[in-house]
Amino acid sequence: MESTATQPLDAADTRHLLARVGFGATEEEAAALHGLTRAQAVQAILDGARREAVTPGPDWLGDAAHVYPTLGKLDADDRKALVKLTNERVLALKAWWYGEMLATPSPVTERMTLFWHNHFTSSLRKTRSPILHFRQNALLRREGLGNFATLLNAVARDPVMLDYLDNRLNRKQKPNENFARELLELFTLGEGHYTEADIKEAARAFTGWTTDRDRVHFVDNPRIHDAGGKTFLGQTGRFDGGDILRIILQQPRTAEYVAGKMWREFVSPMPDAAEVKRLAAVFRDGRYEIKPLMSALLTSEAFWAQANRGELIKSPVELLVGTVRFFKNTPVDDVTLARYGKRLGEDIFDPPNVKGWPGYTAWISTDTLLAREQFLQRLLRGDRLGAVPANMVRPGKPAPPSLPMATDESMAGPKGVAAEAELRTLLLAKPPANPPSADASARVRLAALFLDPVYQLK
Amino acid sequence: MIRLSRRDSLKILGAAALVPVMYGAPGPLRAYAQAARRLPASRIGKRVFVLVELKGGNDGLNTVIPYADPNLPQMRPSLVLPGEEMLTLGDGLAFNPALKPLMAAWDKGDLGILCGVGYPQPNRSHFRSIEIWETASKSEETLSEGWVASTLHGDVGRTADGIVIGDYEFGPLTGSAMRNVIIGKPDQFIAQAKKIQAVKDSSGGGALGYILRTRAELLDASTKLAPLFAEPPALPVAFPSTAFGNELKTAAQLIVADAGVPVLKVSLGSFDTHVNQRGQHDNLLRQLAEGLAAFREAMLVTGHWNDVLMLTYSEFGRRANENASKGTDHGTAAPHLLLGGRIKGGFHGAQPNLEDLEAGDLKFSTDYRAVYATVARDWWGLAGDIGRLGAHKSLGLLA
Repeated sequence: MESTATQPLDAADTRHLLARVGFGATEEEAAALHGLTRAQAVQAILDGARREAVTPGPDWLGDAAHVYPTLGKLDADDRKALVKLTNERVLALKAWWYGEMLATPSPVTERMTLFWHNHFTSSLRKTRSPILHFRQNALLRREGLGNFATLLNAVARDPVMLDYLDNRLNRKQKPNENFARELLELFTLGEGHYTEADIKEAARAFTGWTTDRDRVHFVDNPRIHDAGGKTFLGQTGRFDGGDILRIILQQPRTAEYVAGKMWREFVSPMPDAAEVKRLAAVFRDGRYEIKPLMSALLTSEAFWAQANRGELIKSPVELLVGTVRFFKNTPVDDVTLARYGKRLGEDIFDPPNVKGWPGYTAWISTDTLLAREQFLQRLLRGDRLGAVPANMVRPGKPAPPSLPMATDESMAGPKGVAAEAELRTLLLAKPPANPPSADASARVRLAALFLDPVYQLK
Repeated sequence: MIRLSRRDSLKILGAAALVPVMYGAPGPLRAYAQAARRLPASRIGKRVFVLVELKGGNDGLNTVIPYADPNLPQMRPSLVLPGEEMLTLGDGLAFNPALKPLMAAWDKGDLGILCGVGYPQPNRSHFRSIEIWETASKSEETLSEGWVASTLHGDVGRTADGIVIGDYEFGPLTGSAMRNVIIGKPDQFIAQAKKIQAVKDSSGGGALGYILRTRAELLDASTKLAPLFAEPPALPVAFPSTAFGNELKTAAQLIVADAGVPVLKVSLGSFDTHVNQRGQHDNLLRQLAEGLAAFREAMLVTGHWNDVLMLTYSEFGRRANENASKGTDHGTAAPHLLLGGRIKGGFHGAQPNLEDLEAGDLKFSTDYRAVYATVARDWWGLAGDIGRLGAHKSLGLLA
């Protein structure tokens, strides 16, 4: 381990690290890590991780009258108006997160928030409250590199989760197993590590964990709680929801499941079972602190192994945000990015189902591949993508994003060749699959870096 | 999107021990598992299955109307129509008058009505229920692979295994077993695909290999389709100039030009008629009927009707009682239409009873998965393993 992590970071290592735990390397981000060892760079990124967004939230967050819009008692016109208002805010919330991902000096924070959003899934399609989803998003960000036990306990009491997986409706008289089932299958243990009886008993324990009538606050209601004895994962007692979470966190399997999932997000599509066990032990010994686990993951042999470089596929968000972050002042607005994300198969705040986005090769179909290339072509041509804030609009056609060094003069001679090679190292994890011909213009050669299939990899 | 559930990949491999359950099988391995299961598809030949999605949840009771039922006027005061306007079909049922263009197909026995199609423990969320319909899952089970992709086997000799026209999701075609393309407008599709540069070597493994193979599929399909759309075959009838009409026209062109794509999907919507349903729904049904009638005519005249099977589907029907806004809310079972030159026309299955509701909703009489199993067994001629549809027998809908 020592030998890998103590090596000085070279340019290819910098690209690898920033692509895996951020949105790809911008020139500034790469420069900030210059001269560090791999382990120091990992440490610097984790130490600098924010726990809060840098951009202010949408201005309607304080609209107490519309926290959870209910249509029930409204007449047709009011209903229509409220649906419209909610739809606008849904899109504004998605755009806000894109804005945050573009602006943040701490991309790792947003990557972790995305990771937990895809783990503890909830959807605006079911819980149509942009305000509550904003709060959930803040929770995922706050604990994203914090403590998994804290996060799990908070998510289980989160009004969005209570609604999304129906625990709100789970009462002694009429148990609802939805949350209990997904808690075990998707959030903690994984399939095959519990029985149907465990689900039923856990569901009984979670009866009474509900919301107030407005669906805005967590309420632990003893009147609908089943206080009887339960047997869960071999332990017996008059358990409530908190007890179930405590017992789950005692299982070595929980740490393995989460570590395995983080491996697939940050290291490679095929986890190494022995390594996952080692990392899980780090996770448990550290009382489920997430940073030490991340640190161990990012300093592992496997993380830096050449064989694993470029073996993951950028998510739509990573592709969009990473490309726009690379070009500063790109003529594209946040709402357009949100729409593109949906088009490419990652409609943030609206995962496809409770399992989340499967990722990896599932990001790529004939259709999404075509749409990815179309986005890049439009961006590189300098097409205006969507409504651009007034202060960014110049008369006539907007200027193409400024590719560094992108003139034929600057690209000529040995200096130009070196500059192009440097950019290639910053952008591509592998040699280009479609290298441009040597006599192509500077602009074509540089655009080819973004349009190369290898650019889809991280 | 290409998705396959972990459960499926294990089932296909038949050797769960080979794959650590905690991680699931990664993409290339899944694709391999799929390929290993591909069988010669005996009966498919030139046959084309056309899926017609009615997006938003079509109100079945205002499509095939139980006009003779005495409960109807009180349950649906704003939607009930005078008896003389009804297009009576027999058995106390009638088409909504907006479906008049379909009467020729009905009279010729080219149109079957599947009554009361639904599933147990119905889910009333648009999103979740359409996912159930697309994947043929149980109500409480989440699957990722579409039912068509899990049943029909891809064939690399084809231009594509499936084409979705005018939508952005593969829906029932989702899965690594099928090579699908999406075509919004044909000329735009060809123009965009042309901008993709060919890559000489697509043989590698891993993530890059996957991307290069997908590009090669896209280029292959667009190269084969480009001449077809550059000079589309002449169609003998005019299609309605609606979006839905244009989608069906594209489908008809693909079939008449012998594109060799066995599954096509078109869609119409939104049928989510919560408020002032009457005019909106009539308009949608008219678009549906005019489009399907033009399509049938084109297929008949060009001699392709016997090679076509069309099926409508929707996430749910709507509640039996109308709501206070002269609309209808999310419900359960609904009738669906089957069209083609080889089908048995008339009614299939039992019309749900308006006096035997479950919490205000119709009880289904025909399991939607039995309809899919009928397509798999009788249209595609798949005699062996049809996966998650295996528990369902054919409904005998084809002549």
